[in-house]
Amino acid sequence: MSKKKSTENYQKTFAFHFFSWLHGEKDPYLGNVEMQPQKEYETDPEMVLRHEKEHDAIMDKVYDTQHNVQLRLFHSLYEITSILFCLFLMALLLVTISYLPATGVAEKPVNNEVAARYIENGLEETGAINIVAGMILDYRAFDTLGESHVLFVATITVLILLRLDKNKKGEINPLTKDMNPNDRIYEPKNDAILRLVASFLVPIIIIFGIYIILNGHLGPGGGFSGGAVIGAGLILYLNAFGFEKTERFFTEKTYKWICFFSLSFYCLAKSYSFFTGANHLHSIIPNGTPGAILSGGLILPLNIAVGLVVACTMYAFYAMFRKGGF
Amino acid sequence: MTAFQMILMGLLVICAISVSFSRNLLNSILIYMSFSLVMSLLWICLESPDLAITEAAVGAGITSVLFFVTLKKIHAINIAEKAEEKKSPQHEALQNGGKNE
Repeated sequence: MSKKKSTENYQKTFAFHFFSWLHGEKDPYLGNVEMQPQKEYETDPEMVLRHEKEHDAIMDKVYDTQHNVQLRLFHSLYEITSILFCLFLMALLLVTISYLPATGVAEKPVNNEVAARYIENGLEETGAINIVAGMILDYRAFDTLGESHVLFVATITVLILLRLDKNKKGEINPLTKDMNPNDRIYEPKNDAILRLVASFLVPIIIIFGIYIILNGHLGPGGGFSGGAVIGAGLILYLNAFGFEKTERFFTEKTYKWICFFSLSFYCLAKSYSFFTGANHLHSIIPNGTPGAILSGGLILPLNIAVGLVVACTMYAFYAMFRKGGF
Repeated sequence: MTAFQMILMGLLVICAISVSFSRNLLNSILIYMSFSLVMSLLWICLESPDLAITEAAVGAGITSVLFFVTLKKIHAINIAEKAEEKKSPQHEALQNGGKNE
């Protein structure tokens, strides 16, 4: 007994769609994917002329090499000295390296009591199995604080450079108007492949990043690397689904508040721990049993703070490069 | 040092040299990405997985993405493609063929 279906029923099945796609009868992207070709880069002829005139005027004034013998002499001297300087620097560095102690020698100045103490008492004093995390977030926490601040300052600088200026009425500054505010509109939208891959990958990437952050004191990883992984996941999500989706949960305001709270929490928590440690006061933060996820005293919350700052910064870099804002 | 590490080191040197000699900016970013990947493998061989994770996420991931975006912003990707199109013999043959016929 054959189960032959009627034509109408057959046209609803997956096999019909698959074979019609296979034979090229139907293009599944036709009507689903909006494709806009990249706009040809147009240069304003007036602006080019103006720039050329300015450039020529400056060149005539400053670099009149044909009439200025001194300048020509200076240029040739400049090249020779630069080559000599490079050679000198190379020789200096190579000679310096030859004076460094050989690797693997026990009497190296690096093998002093500081490293020995870190390795011997690290687990006991910081409560972190991962000695690296114990070092960077406990003994040398102020270094890490400085690093987070460097990242924050870098974002602010990029913000100054790349932001599209708006006046109080919300109009874009005429000087930056000819810069394309959002080049996203010239790219394929609703890209099915990218969306499907992103919907699989983004949760996995972000969960992996959270795992790296939360396990920073137990295994390899920590705030910075986990934050970078989460930032990469957010960038992939942004590429697949566009700014409309990400602006629902991440705007300039969220960035500001997350960075503010994380950095000030880090600062205050670490000041407290240094204060109590240096004055032999009793700290209210227990170290916990090594190996448990809630152990290591302040290391876990500090890792979370650093991770938040780094993830937001990575995403903010990309958004500002892309759109000149969040 | 094992043979595997030697191979990785050699790859690093090759990547570093070819970055500076590649004319196409897009190619040099891709080579830079591979440099970071090789570097992160080397960090694992040198028993520092912390650095390996960071190198893979920052060097191979985010930095190169930012480079791509910058190239797109300054319209450098399209210019490189156009220059290659003009230089390629197929393109010339097409243009000349059209004229000759």
